[in-house]
Amino acid sequence: MGLNLIVLVKQVPDTQNVGGDAMKEDGTVNRAALPAIFNPEDLHALESALVVKDENPGSTVSVITMGPPSAVQVLKDSLYRGADFVALVSDRKFAGADTLATSYALKCAIEKTGNYDIVFCGRQAIDGDTAQVGPQTAEKLGINQITNVSKIESIDVKKKIIQARRSIEGGYEIIKAPFPILLTITDEGYTPRPPSVIRVMAYKNASAEMAEKGYDESYIDSSVQRISETAISLWDINAIGADVGSCGLAGSPTKVKKIESIILKSEDIKMVENTEDSISDMVHSLITDHTLG
Amino acid sequence: MVFIQQDNGKVADVSVELLSKARDLADQLNVSVTGALMGSNMNKEAEKLIPYGVDEIFLIDDKRLENYTPMPYTKIMIDVIKNVKPQIALYGATTTGRDLGPRVASNLKVGLTADCTSLQIGDYSSGGVDYSNILYQIRPAFGGNIVATIVSPKEKPQMATVREGVMKVGTPNPEYKGKITPYSINLSDSDFPSVVIKKIKEEKLIDLKSSQVIVSGGMGVGSKENFDLIVQLAHVLGGEVGASRAAVDAGFVTKEHQVGQTGTTVRPKLYIACGISGAIQHRAGMDESARIIAINTDHEAPIFQIAHYGIVGDLNDVIPKFIKAFKAKN
Repeated sequence: MGLNLIVLVKQVPDTQNVGGDAMKEDGTVNRAALPAIFNPEDLHALESALVVKDENPGSTVSVITMGPPSAVQVLKDSLYRGADFVALVSDRKFAGADTLATSYALKCAIEKTGNYDIVFCGRQAIDGDTAQVGPQTAEKLGINQITNVSKIESIDVKKKIIQARRSIEGGYEIIKAPFPILLTITDEGYTPRPPSVIRVMAYKNASAEMAEKGYDESYIDSSVQRISETAISLWDINAIGADVGSCGLAGSPTKVKKIESIILKSEDIKMVENTEDSISDMVHSLITDHTLG
Repeated sequence: MVFIQQDNGKVADVSVELLSKARDLADQLNVSVTGALMGSNMNKEAEKLIPYGVDEIFLIDDKRLENYTPMPYTKIMIDVIKNVKPQIALYGATTTGRDLGPRVASNLKVGLTADCTSLQIGDYSSGGVDYSNILYQIRPAFGGNIVATIVSPKEKPQMATVREGVMKVGTPNPEYKGKITPYSINLSDSDFPSVVIKKIKEEKLIDLKSSQVIVSGGMGVGSKENFDLIVQLAHVLGGEVGASRAAVDAGFVTKEHQVGQTGTTVRPKLYIACGISGAIQHRAGMDESARIIAINTDHEAPIFQIAHYGIVGDLNDVIPKFIKAFKAKN
């Protein structure tokens, strides 16, 4: 008996490798200068879903992302690693969405896929670090959630019950809950599998545009199972049946009032020479003013 | 209103910090401070909170609420907010607060800003409409390269999560008059789909928060082996070992040592940053240290701009001199 597994992923700017040109002169972020990557914890979420699929033959893994057309890259990467179905949710009307508007659009997209058992997300994305979209999507779907999951302990397909290990401050807890459920996955328990060479060959030219034309490359390797002729589905606001007023900027209660590049406190700094004498003097004054000792 | 988190029947430190901050904000807005506390037999714990300037605590007492699970807590929080109608609702940015806050925001269709490092009251104008006394929710964003001020001017409550250790605990006033109000809501067993089978405490060997001296290493340390030098200096000074996120991600040291916005916020007497460039996310977790020493080969590293002492040099060279000097003085 197979499970319907959905994974939500995001393409993010690589904020860990920010160069000097990351900020424009007007203080806004220069996205063009930042390499776009698969959000790290989303890769772990995908892996956990693929593991569940491996253990429960007949299951399908559907990957959904919301973003600009360039976000197809994370969907292709998902196909390379084993996803059965991928969809790009993309529309100008989604622009400027905060976490609330994003979760609404994702909820509409998830419901479009039909019945589902488990929704997987990364714990958080590195461009915002909010960890909000997962729980907000679960609430909009009206389903239960387990956040910060480091490991899925067991799944009872017949009883539709999952048992998972949830990381908390100073330890962890074991949670048991029925499907349908949304999980947010940490980077602790799963090592993402590398792309499969066969699947890379099959999907390397896949694109959302081709999907619309019905382009089909499945002749390359018949062992690669396709859910449909089209490799990447492209869903706009009408396709997912979303209400315009709840999407994008219009559906976002939070507004950015001000963005500042970092202005550091300028305090008197005492530069200490890298010599034994100077360092010894510094240690002496720290002991004298009771900072040390 | 503050969501008052309890763990195993004890109120979380972050909730006391938030109640203190809420008092400060409420004084500016001329409104009252309320709290919502869910659990079992929490009356005594609730009483201890009143002296922090809390006007009313809504106490939801149910044996099944001993352990946090999202569904019943979300249902209760939504109900309390709809009845009390606070202007502002705050949550600790703990695993609990970050699990609960987004669900409540999603249901009420209100804004929620994660991991704020500062909360202020001010005015806001947009599209020809002026909003007064709006909550400025200030947080680092985009990998710590910018600081953003977020507002949710229209919808109430304005909601934010705040990390533990960021807000200061106020001075309790034992004379403060506040009340504890039992709050009841119908909960059936179907409101409790999740069951906490067990909670495992993993021995926490390090205690960054209460350490007076912290020696932290960053990417500049270079390798796991070199990190021994950081450990040695911390040991000699009787302090604790800290690290930047980059050092943790590189595998030099485990995550419990991480200082910063997504790690622990610390305020020691002395913070020694070795090979740490000083991204804002790191600084947000340590810039209130009484004294900061920065050791870095790059004299332009931002860390020098918040340091009290700066040493430009290779930490492999500087730290042994530091150890030698300290041993000589003691």
